[in-house]
Amino acid sequence: MEILQHISEQLQKGEDGDVRRLTQSAVDQEITAQKILRDGLIAGMTVVGERFRDHEIFLPDVLLAAKAMTGGLEVLQPHMIGGRVPSIGKVVLGTVKGDLHDIGKNLVGIMLQGAGYEVIDLGHDVAPERFLEAAREQGAAVIGMSALLTTTMPAMRRVVDLLAEADLKGDVRTIIGGAPVSQDFADEIGADAYAYDAAHAVEQVKALTRRTP
Amino acid sequence: MRERLAIAYEEIAPGREAVLRAMGRGAAKSPPDPRVADALDEALGRMAERAASQGVWLEVTSEQFRGIYEGRGENEAASPLAMIFPRSAHLALFAVTVGKAVSREIDRLFERGDFVVGAMLDAAASEAAEHAASRTEKDFRDALQRRARLQPSTCFLRYSPGYCGWHISGQEALFAHLQPEDIGVTLTESFLMEPLKSISGVIVGGPRRIHEFDNDYAFCRQCQTAECRQRIRSLRRAGG
Repeated sequence: MEILQHISEQLQKGEDGDVRRLTQSAVDQEITAQKILRDGLIAGMTVVGERFRDHEIFLPDVLLAAKAMTGGLEVLQPHMIGGRVPSIGKVVLGTVKGDLHDIGKNLVGIMLQGAGYEVIDLGHDVAPERFLEAAREQGAAVIGMSALLTTTMPAMRRVVDLLAEADLKGDVRTIIGGAPVSQDFADEIGADAYAYDAAHAVEQVKALTRRTP
Repeated sequence: MRERLAIAYEEIAPGREAVLRAMGRGAAKSPPDPRVADALDEALGRMAERAASQGVWLEVTSEQFRGIYEGRGENEAASPLAMIFPRSAHLALFAVTVGKAVSREIDRLFERGDFVVGAMLDAAASEAAEHAASRTEKDFRDALQRRARLQPSTCFLRYSPGYCGWHISGQEALFAHLQPEDIGVTLTESFLMEPLKSISGVIVGGPRRIHEFDNDYAFCRQCQTAECRQRIRSLRRAGG
């Protein structure tokens, strides 16, 4: 449908006002909210993520698109069943215990929401047990952890170990990121994935959730 | 000798291009999107209103610094700084901050969904903290100059715990000596500074050759920035 293509295009340009207006028009045309979300908003944000990954656009462009996405979602929300935007999966996200760096984790959250995931952001300085508790409460498929300090990286191992102890390792997958973190470290602690930036995190979470039984 | 300084915003004000580069914009071929430019203006305005930058430095001897550097004994077996500081002529511990209000504003912007301005302010504050560190380094250099202790060929570079083999736990001994709490910088249990937009470390002064090293240490393989190369090159350009 042409209007969904327009929503996608305007979202890619970060045109907040146009995305809101077009989303409302699509609703008025009785296109289902789910279809507008999937084929308009998420489709547009997927292109944005790919262009960011390929260095065709830079971070502020992604953030403008994310803001436009939020605007579209606000229009759609009342038309969703129970007023809730359906997600393709839940991700619990947080900066690990002892670490207060938020920005990288926030960007991952924004990109994941743009890709259609529901993000439960636990903030920073999150205790290992809290990650597990939130994943259980929310029925999350993935726990995402960020650290910017070498001293706080062991907290990531603790979360992975807690999942194993609770026999949840197959049900809840883990992804880690942050400046001192590497694929080698992810392998060492038994995390399911490592992401080097926000766009990569979305790709990795998609791969993890495809693999989740 | 210990000096504490209040740093005027004009001395740490981040450049527009520097902030855009920090956000991933390559060499500027065209002006940024007007919406990005507006967000940048807004971020820099918020920064100017809220920044309260301060710095402190404390001159230490090589022997004193040896104990500080060793800290809890968690450094890499070999590191550039371990080779550099014993050959230095001047050493000073330092800490700087752009203040609490900036960090609070970044959090507030993200909470209310203003991602673009929030991310811009975050990048601008990091840039400003680097400028504050440079300003503090200059203050130390000027103090040496005033006391006629500075050789014209002396080159200065800064090193911080958490980088290049100096373990982050080194913050503990550094803070114990420097005591930067009087400029509002404190350390968490995980050796993280609060406010977040703060920098600490050691200023090392000496002949240019002492700062030169090959980046072939084991930890260099994990490094994604290789900023040390740029820093060493900058000394060569400066004719040190």
